[in-house]
This record gives sequence, structure tokens and C-alpha cells, in this order.
Amino acid sequence: MAMTTLLQTRHIRKTFPGVVALDDVSLSIAPGEIHTLLGENGAGKSTLMNVLTGLYRPDRGEILFDGVPVQFSSPGDSLAMGIGMVHQHFMLVPAHTVFENVLLAIDGVPNFFSRRKFQQKVQKILDEFALDLDLDTPAWKLSIGAQQWIELIKLLVRDCRLLIFDEPTAVLTPQESARLFKVLTRLRDQGKSILFISHKMREVMEISDRVTVLKKGRSLVTLPRGEYDENKLASLMIGEDQIPMWIKPACKYEELALEIKNLSVRNDRGLADLDNFTMKLYRGQILGVAGVAGNGQKALAEVLTGLKEATSGRILAGDRDITDSTAKSSYIAGIAHIPEDRKTIGIAPDMTVGDNLIMKNFNSRAFRRWIFQDRAAIRRNAVAKIDQFAIKAGPDGNPIRYLSGGNIQKVIIARELSEKPSVLVALYPTRGLDIGSAEYVHKVIIDGANQGMSTILISEDLDELLKLSDQIVVMFRGRLVGCVDPQTTTREEIGLLMSGEVQK
Amino acid sequence: MKLVAEKRELSSRLFRISAPVISIFVALFVAGFLLLAAGVNPLQAYLEIFQESLGSIYGLSETLVKTTPLIFASLGVSLAFRMQIWNIGAEGQIYMGACGATAVALFSGIESHLLMITAMFLTAFLVGGLWAGVAGALRAVWRVNEVIVTLLMNYIAILGVDYLIYGPWKDPKGFNFPLTAQFSDAARLTEYFDTRLHSGFFLALFCALVLYLFMERTVWGYEIKVIGSNPKAARYAGMRTGLAIFAVLFLSGAIAGIAGFSEVAGLQHRLQHGISPGYGYTAIIIAWLAKRSALGVVIVSFLMGVLLVGGDSLQLSWQLPVAFAYAFQGLILFFLLASEFFIHNRVRLIRGERHA
Repeated sequence: MAMTTLLQTRHIRKTFPGVVALDDVSLSIAPGEIHTLLGENGAGKSTLMNVLTGLYRPDRGEILFDGVPVQFSSPGDSLAMGIGMVHQHFMLVPAHTVFENVLLAIDGVPNFFSRRKFQQKVQKILDEFALDLDLDTPAWKLSIGAQQWIELIKLLVRDCRLLIFDEPTAVLTPQESARLFKVLTRLRDQGKSILFISHKMREVMEISDRVTVLKKGRSLVTLPRGEYDENKLASLMIGEDQIPMWIKPACKYEELALEIKNLSVRNDRGLADLDNFTMKLYRGQILGVAGVAGNGQKALAEVLTGLKEATSGRILAGDRDITDSTAKSSYIAGIAHIPEDRKTIGIAPDMTVGDNLIMKNFNSRAFRRWIFQDRAAIRRNAVAKIDQFAIKAGPDGNPIRYLSGGNIQKVIIARELSEKPSVLVALYPTRGLDIGSAEYVHKVIIDGANQGMSTILISEDLDELLKLSDQIVVMFRGRLVGCVDPQTTTREEIGLLMSGEVQK
Repeated sequence: MKLVAEKRELSSRLFRISAPVISIFVALFVAGFLLLAAGVNPLQAYLEIFQESLGSIYGLSETLVKTTPLIFASLGVSLAFRMQIWNIGAEGQIYMGACGATAVALFSGIESHLLMITAMFLTAFLVGGLWAGVAGALRAVWRVNEVIVTLLMNYIAILGVDYLIYGPWKDPKGFNFPLTAQFSDAARLTEYFDTRLHSGFFLALFCALVLYLFMERTVWGYEIKVIGSNPKAARYAGMRTGLAIFAVLFLSGAIAGIAGFSEVAGLQHRLQHGISPGYGYTAIIIAWLAKRSALGVVIVSFLMGVLLVGGDSLQLSWQLPVAFAYAFQGLILFFLLASEFFIHNRVRLIRGERHA
């Protein structure tokens, strides 16, 4: 079937210092289709979006719009062409009303304008899609779903021809998602092109006309509806890499290290981040936690380390109940934490490596004399840790922010492991690291297991999970939906569990 | 073609030291035009500033007298800055400290000099601290912006002191001037060399040393630095950030409060209208310029003292308005901040290229 194309990218490549974000991406989008971009985190979806919306300029390759090569040097350029995007993080002025927010998106509003004229224009769109939004409500009062409508309307009043949705359902309830899909289908029928980004398999099956799978910065394949099913997409997305096996003793499942009973955590919006979550962790076990990002993994790590409070349920470490402990006391109870976002919560960027290494135990006798810090001891500790963990720390007194990501991660690991924790909660510990550093992190976890440390390894990298874990549990919408043995499971099985299929 | 600013990692030591010096000269140069416009020869005026403030025992002592409250207030402000807490209320805290010390001096009836001074000091410390502590508690518990609270509380403090000196505390023998009775000798700090220089100055230096040790050597200083560098990391490390916010604002206000004590016990020997001509606000500038270091605070406070005394003499001998001294301060700050930018960024001119 010969289709006309609205937007075409040819062999797009984009690199950042040390990272190839996009390697070779070719993709074409026809008018009046819903085209889904599917890929794991880190596959290059966001980078591609930023290229299409003019935020990044590709190093190589070309973009054709309406068959004409185009160069975007700013988001304004691509908007002017008619490419609009609904971001994951909304770009609204919270104190402005719905109408005022929409008005901001309209070009050429005269200084003295007829409010009624524009209001009618916006109202027409609202009516057309049966959206019940009050134009005079300030944006901050609206639900997340309604705020997303505003973003959409902003693109529609601009007459955008290509609408990009970056994981729009991540923040929506199932009902809101269903409604969004209805609107998207309708827009498609009107001839608009929609580029839909998601890694939720079910949605992709439901709505897409064509699916392009992105893996490690390359566009693998584009399949029209009917030529794909969930299994096929899952195996394409996750890939068929060989798993290098690691020698580690099997967990004996004798001594319980940590037990989570019916734990629930609600977030600021009152939604459940963790929903009746129950799990057991044994001494020396590496428990892999798989799941699409945003399904409660972060809440699990934070509640275990005392950064978040549980709404209900209990956490037991041995015979102690540590449910209501703060970060400090749970550290003492032996839980260490490698946080998701090392730069924003793992370190004090302006301070030295030595100072960062004692952040968790600065108050311990080892590093202080009465109220004074023992600078000599802190220094000795730094020298020892830098040597032991092979940290490239730069000149003495160098603020830690000048270190590379891998070395910052090593500092955090060195610090977290320094008090011989009984449990390590590692949240995406190798994300963004080069292979060498990632291997190092793996080695640390395995060595820890050999010495009896239990690890909760939360990761999106199935290779990593399959390689290290004694057992893999899968999270979906804050619930534990499955538990598999890495020796016998398949990627497809895990992929399906991740998309919310219930285990048979 | 366009100008592009690029971040640079570390600039040379020479440049980091010379940039502020150069910027002060640029400020002097620009201020020269203001002086010219006022019909004054700039070179003569600058010479006079330095002669008046540094050229004689009297001038130097006056400079140190002005430097004293600036050191206290700036130490207080810079302590809070280290934790990214913005205490804009040093002015009010000075007034409250002065007010507390005065209450003790007038009504306690203590006769021993040592006891009296100690009691005045502690009261000023406590009152100044509690005054700022209000903002600290509000910030820690309800996340109320401390900038607004500390700033607005200045007006309460200043007008509250005015009420006392126009009303209940007014000296009955004071010919109806808005001031309290003179303190007894027990409530006065020692003066030196037959000048107005008093022991408050040395207390200020001592205070700077203590604060330096506190920040750089103690466990609490470490905590403050971690919280200031990254509050999320501090929480993750199990630090009690709320308590720390209150404690730091309390200490910050307490140290500013000592400035009030030092002014009434060392200089004025009574509480009167306008005991601080804006030291608390100048302290914000000083704390910023000093990069929040205690030694820096002492140096910059001294420079500001030079400017204040020199500026006064310009008023007397050339009939220049007070505003000139402020304009001068402003210019120096402006150019110093600009030099910061050039220390951290490299500016380049690049040819515009549309196509990569």
C-alpha cells in the first residue's frame, strides 16, 4: 500500500559526549494515522522527540516534512510547521485560567482583542470533542487529566498537523485514558497525524495503526496493524541479547532478612503508589524487581528507606518493625539505599568526595571528636575508599560535581556499603553508566550477596535482572503481579507481566 | 554573529583574585562620573575618602567602629546563606538585640560590670535569636518563605523600638528627645585610645573566629553545608532539616542581635531612634560579597566601614548627599557581581551558522 507521508526522518543520528542517544532512526508518518513509538527507557524515544520538536539538532540524517527537507533550530520552528507536542510535564501557567493558557498558544493575538471571538474558537473545539472544561477555571484547580486537555487544545488552536504525545497515559486513570483514546481516534479520522509514545503494550495494541520499535537508538522495524501481536512486540523491544551468566551461590532461602506485609503508600494526589504490596527477602538473596518505570518502584525504595511514609501495612526487619522509621534509623537498622537520581538526591554536589563519603555516618564516633569533626579520620576514610573502589576523584578537595556519573555512583556505593548493611535497596543502579561501571556495580552486589547481604535490585534492564537475580518479581500499578525464576522464565513472560497481564 | 557565554570549570587563580579588584576600580571609575556631575573632582574625593577613614588614628578608629556592627550582622546573615536560607531581617534583629540589652541595662539594677555586660549580651543574643526564630519555625513547619517573614518583621522591630523610646522608656530628663536614659557605667563596654573604639570590635573578631570554627570544623557546620548544598540529599542522609532550619535562623538572628548589644553598650550608651542606619541591609551585601566565609566577612565589612566613614566626610566637606554613599555601594556590588559572571563563564563571539 503506497501511503503518502507527512513526516519522514532518514538515518537520524544524535550523540552526546560519550553517549550515542540515537544511532540510526528512520521513520515515516502518514497523514491520518496513529503511529506508535515503542521502546524501553534509554532506547532514544525522548531524544527523537526533542529532535522532531526542534530542541536538539541531529548530527546526521534529515527530516522531511511534506516531502521537503527541513531544519529546526528552535521549538518555535517546528511549531510553525505544525508539529506540536503534549509533554509528560505540562507547560501550563498554574495561576492562569484555561482560556488564558490556551490564548498563550495562539499567535497573532492583537493587543486589543475580542475575548468573545477567541473564546468561541476555543469553545468550538471543546464542543467538538465533548470536553467539559470551564474556560474560566484556573489551571491549578484542574485534575491532571483535565490539564492534559488544555495542552491538547493548545495544539489544536494552532492547527497542528502532527501531534506528539509523550506517554500521555502515564499520569491518567484508566477511564481518563479511554477518553483520551477516543479523542485521539477522532483526530486521526479528521486527518491529523499522531505520534504516540508508550511502553504499555495493551494501549499500543488498542490504538496504533502502525508501530515502530526503537532499540538502543535504532529504529528496528515498522509494522502495520495486524502484523504484530504483544509477544512479537515484547521480544522485539527487549531484544534477544545473550545473557552472560555470573557465578554466584544460589540463595538458600533460610533466614528472612526483610518482610513486607500488605504495604500501601499513597502519593500527593491520593493515588496508590503501592497497593497492598507483600514480599519476602531472604539473607543473601538478590531479588530483582521488574516493571515499567512509574509503577511504584520508587515508592517501594523510598518507603523501605524511610523517605516516604506507609499508609498501611508493615515492614519487618528480622524481629524489628521499621515501618515508621526515618532515613536515619533505618540506616542504622541496616538498610542502605542507592537512589534513583544520584545527582539530585545522592550527593551534596559542592562538597568534596571525602565529605560526601561520610554523609550517612558523619555523626559516628569514627569521624568526630566531641562536637568537632575529625578531619584526619575523614581524610583517611576518603583515601581508603577512593583506593578500594577505584574512584577517579581528581585533585584533592575537588567538589564531587566534577566527577563523572560512574564515579559519583561509586562514591555513593562506597558510602552505602561502608556500614556493612544487611539490606541494600538499589534503584536503577546502572542507569546511564558505561559498561565498565555497570559491571562494577554488578560485582559489588554479587560480592555483597556472598557475604550475606540481601539486595532489592530495581531495574528496567532485563539483562541485568536475569543475570543477577535469584528471583524476579514484577510490579504493575503498585501491585506485585508476578514472581518468576530467572532460570526458567522467558523475556516474553516478564514483558507481559510488566504490561499488567495477570500471571496464570 | 552572536555572543555566547560558556561555562568554564576553573579559572586561573590570578584571574579569580584580580577580577574583584579590577571590578572595584571600574566601580570607582563609573562613580567618578557621578562625582563629576556633582561638580567634584573624583581623584580628590577618593583621596579624601581614604585619608579620612584610614589616614589618622581618629579616622581608623571611626572606621573600626562602623565595621563592628557590620561584622556581627554579616556573620549572622552569611551563616544562614550557607544553608540557602535568606535572612533579610538582620536590621530588625539588631534592633531587637539592642532593645533586649537596653532592658537589662535600664531595669536589672545589676552593679557588677562583668555580670551586667554578660546579662546584656545573653539577652540580646536570645531576643535576636527568637526574633529570627519565628521565621525559622514558620519556614520549618509550614514552609512559609523566610525572606518575606524576616523582611516584614524588620518593620515591627524598628517601629516597636520607636514606640518604647517615644513612650514608656523615654528619658524623663531627656528634653523630650526620643531616647532612653544613659546607661550606668556598669553597662558600658571598655573604650580604647581615647576614641570611640570599644571592646565590641574585638568581640566581633572573636565571633568571626568562632563561627569559622563552627562552620569548618564541627559536625553541625558539616550538616549545614550538606543541607545548603542539597537539601534532598540531606534528608536522604537522615538529617533533620526542619530542626536545622530553625536552629540556623535562630543563630543567625542571635548574632545579628549581638550587633545591637554592641551598639548600645559600646557606642550609644542608650537606646535611641535609628540606632542602625541600615547595617542589617548592608550586611546582606557583605555576606554575598564575602562568599559567606567568616574571614571574607571581616575584610569586606572593613571595606564597607571605609566607605561609610569616607562617605560621611564627603558629605561634610563637599556637601554631597547621603545618597552618594549608597550609589557608590550599589555600583561596587554591581561590578563585583558582574565579575562573578566572568569568573565562571567565558564569553566568546561566534559566527552564526544556520546549518550544522
